[in-house]
Amino acid sequence: MKNKLTVNISPHLHNNESVSKIMWIVGISLIPAGAAGVIIFGLNALTVMILGILSALVTEWLMQLLAKRRITILDGSAFLTGLLLAYNLPPGVPLWLPAAGSFFAIAIGKQVFGGLGQNIFNPALVGRVFLMASWPKYMTTFTKPLNFDAVTSATPLAVLRESGVIENISYLDLFLGRRGGCIGEVCILALVAGALFLFWKGYISWHIPVTYTAVFAAFVYAFGGDGLFRGDWFFHILTGGLILGAFFMATDYVTSPLTRKGQVIFGAGCGILTAVIRLWGGYPEGVSYAILMMNAATPIIDRFTRNRIYGTMIPVNRK
Amino acid sequence: MVKLREHKKETENKAIEKLAAPAKVYIPLSQHIGKPCEPLVKAGDYVHLGQKIAAAQANVYSPIHSSVSGKVAGIQDWPHPVLGRCRAIVIENDGLDKLPGSQACRPSEEINSLGPDKVRDAVLEAGIVGMGGASFPSHIKLNPPKPVDTLIVNGAECEPYLTGDYRLMVERTEEILKGIELIAKCLGVKNVIIGIEDNKPEAIEIFSRKSQVTGPMAMVCFPTGKAASYKIKVLKSQYPQGGEKQLILNVLGKEVPSGKLPFEIGVVVHNVSTVFAIYEAVYCGKPLYERVVTVAGSCVSNPGNFLARIGTPFKDLIDPRGLKEEPAKIIVGGPMMGIAQFDDKTPVIKSTTGILLYSKKEALLNEELACIRCGACVRECPAFLMPTLISLASKKGLWPQAKVYGASDCIECGICSYVCPSNIRLVQHIKRAKLEVAR
Repeated sequence: MKNKLTVNISPHLHNNESVSKIMWIVGISLIPAGAAGVIIFGLNALTVMILGILSALVTEWLMQLLAKRRITILDGSAFLTGLLLAYNLPPGVPLWLPAAGSFFAIAIGKQVFGGLGQNIFNPALVGRVFLMASWPKYMTTFTKPLNFDAVTSATPLAVLRESGVIENISYLDLFLGRRGGCIGEVCILALVAGALFLFWKGYISWHIPVTYTAVFAAFVYAFGGDGLFRGDWFFHILTGGLILGAFFMATDYVTSPLTRKGQVIFGAGCGILTAVIRLWGGYPEGVSYAILMMNAATPIIDRFTRNRIYGTMIPVNRK
Repeated sequence: MVKLREHKKETENKAIEKLAAPAKVYIPLSQHIGKPCEPLVKAGDYVHLGQKIAAAQANVYSPIHSSVSGKVAGIQDWPHPVLGRCRAIVIENDGLDKLPGSQACRPSEEINSLGPDKVRDAVLEAGIVGMGGASFPSHIKLNPPKPVDTLIVNGAECEPYLTGDYRLMVERTEEILKGIELIAKCLGVKNVIIGIEDNKPEAIEIFSRKSQVTGPMAMVCFPTGKAASYKIKVLKSQYPQGGEKQLILNVLGKEVPSGKLPFEIGVVVHNVSTVFAIYEAVYCGKPLYERVVTVAGSCVSNPGNFLARIGTPFKDLIDPRGLKEEPAKIIVGGPMMGIAQFDDKTPVIKSTTGILLYSKKEALLNEELACIRCGACVRECPAFLMPTLISLASKKGLWPQAKVYGASDCIECGICSYVCPSNIRLVQHIKRAKLEVAR
């Protein structure tokens, strides 16, 4: 038996969770939203998704090769970034756009910081705002739902911004995704189903998404109408990328706070910023920028929400 | 705090089995926290069972006794389960278990009239240390520098696989209660609480049998009926429920101040196995030369609980159990805080709660990946630390930072590493930081 024994430090037990398991399960939870996108906008949406993913994987591989890091393209994280970026694109974009977006997301949003776990900003959102800034025309041209002749149409939020009135569209249509918008954001039903699955698996908690949605709704209700407390908060939750953002992008572990308390603050901040941008900002939609701004605030939230250590009266010295 | 897969089923119904003493015992000179002992015997001496063979000139120490009768073969460097290597007294067993004169039990009248000093002396002379794993000399805990008002008896046994404490609780209930009464009298406390995890319903039932009221905090009288009554606190089966600080928090709702000992808030905690040893020492004059050891793990054909002599090499304990496959890892203690061993010649010492034999598959180590900030370690840490931050500071050698994050408050329970999806050896990094911070 001698010399054949493994010797390592305790513990000698593990709960069998792994980074790649978490990533792939989040990937599975996004399937319903993607499937709905393909049903609503046609096979073009699928092509955009595949190109987004492929470009993310290739970029990750190239960057890791160049930086002489371990190749980890199968851990699911690059896949997820590519997929989420595609979900944030209009279905009718030129096919090089998702490839360019994923390249930027992985290369500049993630790998230059040192790879998984090191990035400050959500990589998929970095990719999206890069595309928004570079090719705004493609990023704001939406196709009509359930009409596969690439007829363009505006999103309900764009209509609201242009005309100042809420389009005549039923909550049910919004809930099912019969509206113009990005591939993965339109079908609320599918997104909620995926989110419930993640809650059940324990991979996300209510702290960020529920706080985000509730604070956003309260803010819109208070200030979003003619006079106080007359805003159509329900319309605002169902439109744009709010649900996709709150449940799948703001909850990104790497770029959100560590403690539950910090996560509530983070969620509330996202909610307020999204509402402010939508109601008074220059864009019809504010989810991406709100989350990115709160990503930037995460280190400072972490610093001020440290746990109180057992046997001490005050939270750890806030140095 | 997390619920672990317990692996207790395989041994919890196996009664404690007395083992024949091995042909040779290797008794290390350091089996306690404090000054190591110096041998009182030399090669060639004949020693009796229970004879004191090593002691030290110090306040914090615990004497060591022979676990067999026979001839001292020598004093040599030998593997040690905690220290790696340590000097050990080697005794060739003559198989007679000869006692040094009469080891008579004290009559009960004498027990009742024993003052606290006499009890403490008996505990010191018997070489009793904390048997849950910490091995702090028990006589010191019977003499706290400040008066205390609460005695908590630790019957949580929260480590997976281990069932030795549980078996003692169901098989030797009366003796443990007498031991508790003794300690309570010695400390002068009225408030006695026995904490047991809810995965041990039989133990809870036995200890509360005499109770008039049912419920989680029912009052029960001691067997001799003299001293006050005691309470049973049923605890959730969660790891590390049996950690001293966590036990105090969950039983009393009080926290031990950082860097302080429980007596500062008027509490003393003793493990049930220690209580049993104290009973044996005071009632029967028996020194601590044997203890219950759980032998388990997927490689063992016949796992169980065994009364083994101190100094028994693991091999002598393992081989008769039969092996399903060659173990790839030998762990002393539980899987969460136990220590992986280099050698199967290492002997059982006073703090050896169990020996676990892991298969090749279970011994595999996963590669350490980058932290994805999932926060699992932060949520589960029973000391309410932020393990990933301490670990990061430690990896970068930022010791002042690690100190600010509370590295020295870590109890090394292992939960952070257990829940980490990136397989980061958080305990290892934090332990390193603790050492550096203490400098």
